[in-house]
Amino acid sequence: MRHEVRRLILLLLPAGIFFAAFFLLPMARLFFIGGSGKTGWAAYAAILTDMHYFSSLVSTLGVATATTVATLIISGIAGVFLQRHKFPGNGALVAMLTFPLAFPGVVIGFMVIMLAGRQGLIGQVTQALTGEKLVFAYTMAGLFMGYVYFSIPRTILTVMAAAEKLDPKLEEAARSLGASPWRVALDVIIPGLKPAFISAGAICFATAVGAFGTAFTLAAKINVLPMVIYTEFTLSANIAMAAALSFVLGIVTWLVLAIARTAAGSTVAAAG
Amino acid sequence: MKHRGLFYLQLGFTLLVSAFLIVPVVLSIMAGLTVNYFIGIESGLTLKWVFEVWNGYRDTIFLSIGLSLACLVVTLVLGVPTAYVLAKRQNALTRAIEELLVMPVAVPGLATALALIVTYGSLSGFRTSWGFILVGHVLFTLPFMVRSVLAVLSAIDLKTLEEGAASLGAGFWPRFRDIVLPNCRAGILAGSLMVVTLSMGEFNMTWLLHTPFTKTLPVGLADAYASLRLEVGSAYTLVFFLMIMPLLLALQAFAKPRPAKFVAEETDQ
Amino acid sequence: MTEASKPLAIALENCAKTFADGTKALEPLDFAIEAGETVVFLGPSGCGKTTTLRIIAGLEEPDAGGRVLFDGEDVTHLPIEQRNVGMVFQSYALFPNMTVAGNIGYGLRIRKTPDAAVKARVAEMLGMMQITKLADRRIDQLSGGQRQRVALARAIAVRPRALLLDEPLTALDAKLRDTLRLDIDKLLRSLGITAIYVTHDQAEAMALGDRIVVMEHGRVAQIGKPREIYQRPATRFVAEFIGTMNRLTGTTKDGVFACSAGSLPWAGAPATATEILFRPEDIRVAESGEVTGLQGTVAAAFFLGDRTRLFVEVGEARPLVIESTARRDFSHGEAVRLAIDPRGLLVL
Repeated sequence: MRHEVRRLILLLLPAGIFFAAFFLLPMARLFFIGGSGKTGWAAYAAILTDMHYFSSLVSTLGVATATTVATLIISGIAGVFLQRHKFPGNGALVAMLTFPLAFPGVVIGFMVIMLAGRQGLIGQVTQALTGEKLVFAYTMAGLFMGYVYFSIPRTILTVMAAAEKLDPKLEEAARSLGASPWRVALDVIIPGLKPAFISAGAICFATAVGAFGTAFTLAAKINVLPMVIYTEFTLSANIAMAAALSFVLGIVTWLVLAIARTAAGSTVAAAG
Repeated sequence: MKHRGLFYLQLGFTLLVSAFLIVPVVLSIMAGLTVNYFIGIESGLTLKWVFEVWNGYRDTIFLSIGLSLACLVVTLVLGVPTAYVLAKRQNALTRAIEELLVMPVAVPGLATALALIVTYGSLSGFRTSWGFILVGHVLFTLPFMVRSVLAVLSAIDLKTLEEGAASLGAGFWPRFRDIVLPNCRAGILAGSLMVVTLSMGEFNMTWLLHTPFTKTLPVGLADAYASLRLEVGSAYTLVFFLMIMPLLLALQAFAKPRPAKFVAEETDQ
Repeated sequence: MTEASKPLAIALENCAKTFADGTKALEPLDFAIEAGETVVFLGPSGCGKTTTLRIIAGLEEPDAGGRVLFDGEDVTHLPIEQRNVGMVFQSYALFPNMTVAGNIGYGLRIRKTPDAAVKARVAEMLGMMQITKLADRRIDQLSGGQRQRVALARAIAVRPRALLLDEPLTALDAKLRDTLRLDIDKLLRSLGITAIYVTHDQAEAMALGDRIVVMEHGRVAQIGKPREIYQRPATRFVAEFIGTMNRLTGTTKDGVFACSAGSLPWAGAPATATEILFRPEDIRVAESGEVTGLQGTVAAAFFLGDRTRLFVEVGEARPLVIESTARRDFSHGEAVRLAIDPRGLLVL
């Protein structure tokens, strides 16, 4: 059936040409430009050797880790709860929790400003209560809040889908053996949801590492890698360094997702 | 039930999380409609800010709509055949292709945008056209179309259905038209919604790819947030919500699982 | 009912199949199917029967050197859509995006048949399969048996030159299988069409086949009429795969077969026979007073209504299976004397 193979290749061709021309080739070019600056190929090591870049790498990974942990705990509890208990209003809650699913990073940043900005709700409330205005939108805490906001909807969806597939008989069996709700959660629910947690967590992490819109909206002074790359490119016109840093950033996020995919054993659909 | 307390604890927590997500949305909608947000709602309601946005930024809205539709067309043309091939042959090669296709989503948009600029930035006719942004959007959204169609195609017994059609005399194109496309309609529809929604909101790449003549809605939003008063930014956000709301609602309707069907054996045949 | 196409003669010449991963699914096979004949390919899963069917259908090509002939014409490289064969799949392969009528008429529409003719033929098929009232149903609104009828109607609506059926009844429950087997038998007889039927169910094969091809590990074990296959199995595999076979080991001397159950006078015994095989219907519990040299003890007795299935221990690896129609109970451990009809004895 040579004929069929030829037809399949033909069907793949348009996407293949597009992808090669607009992704593979540019990425290869980016790689070489990264090594073409004043420091040459050492630019690729700069992320570890240059204190400035290294500190932003550390804070980027830090905020990404914190985002992942917080999102998994919040979405794990809410997702399992909504999947297990059907009560009037359940559908409305799910709708509310998944509504911001496709908000772009800039809008997320604005939502954070609405909550914790200079004219934000938290500021008003704290001023009324303590006389002091709490404003943290334009700091790392604000960025963290934004990334959690961004990640909750898709993580809840993943958790709910996985919780639906959990066999309720396993929980019934555990309870029939005398397990308390906490033990059931610990011994049955969390292990059952582990693949979902790994894949959703990886996406949280990758998004938080690579996202740019939220940090951009909040402040230019937040020291995370995407902001550093942007500054190198636009303000310092140091294209080689920007290229090297974004290439490294790309490899890191791709690796995180690839490792998670192997660990979860299922497909991890990444999302921006 | 014994564990009522636990139930209410979880319910309270979930309500709190919902509030976290929804309160800022409500605040921003309010801000976009009040005369002066600093004073509050008692300063009066107005559509002034919305009109200001419309006058200043309506081009970004039209560009984003046009861009997302063009993106949809391209992802359909490139993505559906790709998904078909990936569904048809499941081996190391097609898995590698799938993995490759997802890379523009895994790799930060900033990196992809930079790569495009250093490679094609010197083609000024291309660089300044909206086609340049379109390329970025297609790279970013294509995996979602492929995944969505592939999921549906993998769930049906595509091979046997096609063999069935072939046994009735249908060649490749009639099979593709009569059997493959109609049976992955749900995947195409879900993928299309996803592509349009994502393209409409894409910022990470677009911010670097755009030029003063090709500003998309999110780019305009970032502009407005940075330089205009809060009310205008809010009104602009409101316009954005209105545009993606139908898409999001449709996506949610799709995410709901359909009840399984069961037909009992009829003995009176 | 008018079936315009005249039945097709099919020949396989030196057809082997090796899959891409190196598994040899089919050893070189030469076989001719006569026009109008129903041939059943029978064997356990993985024996190559479905591969053979798919080669005939045009869904697989044989390895280089193999040829498929339709009425003498070489169709080896012709894809299925150009062979004009009707096929019924194990999973039915009904199109979920079409109604029952849409499915049945699809092949005709592909052939650019005028609408009125499609409609008439679909109505005829619906009537023939007694599913007229299902015409506008969606496929997911049908039961398994109904799907099977639609699949059959769809396959024959185009008046194919041959009908190929790949385990069409396997997905159904036992009772329905019996009903549909009867329907398929009637259908094949009335159409007079060349039919190739693949199954792992020997009862189905016996009921439907003019000839049966028993396959094992990609090779043909035996080809013959159902009665021949049953009564004169060519190999141990065929003997054991089809029906139940009893086995006794021992020695033959002077026309007497001696074994652990006793001795059996057997006039035509080959001198070298050390093992004899026979069917449950050729052995029975001896009447009191009847002279017999064989005996054993009842290991289990299952009363089945019309008969009792006895498992009788005689010191062999497996107990003998006996279908007894005697109107009496048998108890565990009871000693029984046995009589064997020498005409049913086989030596392989």
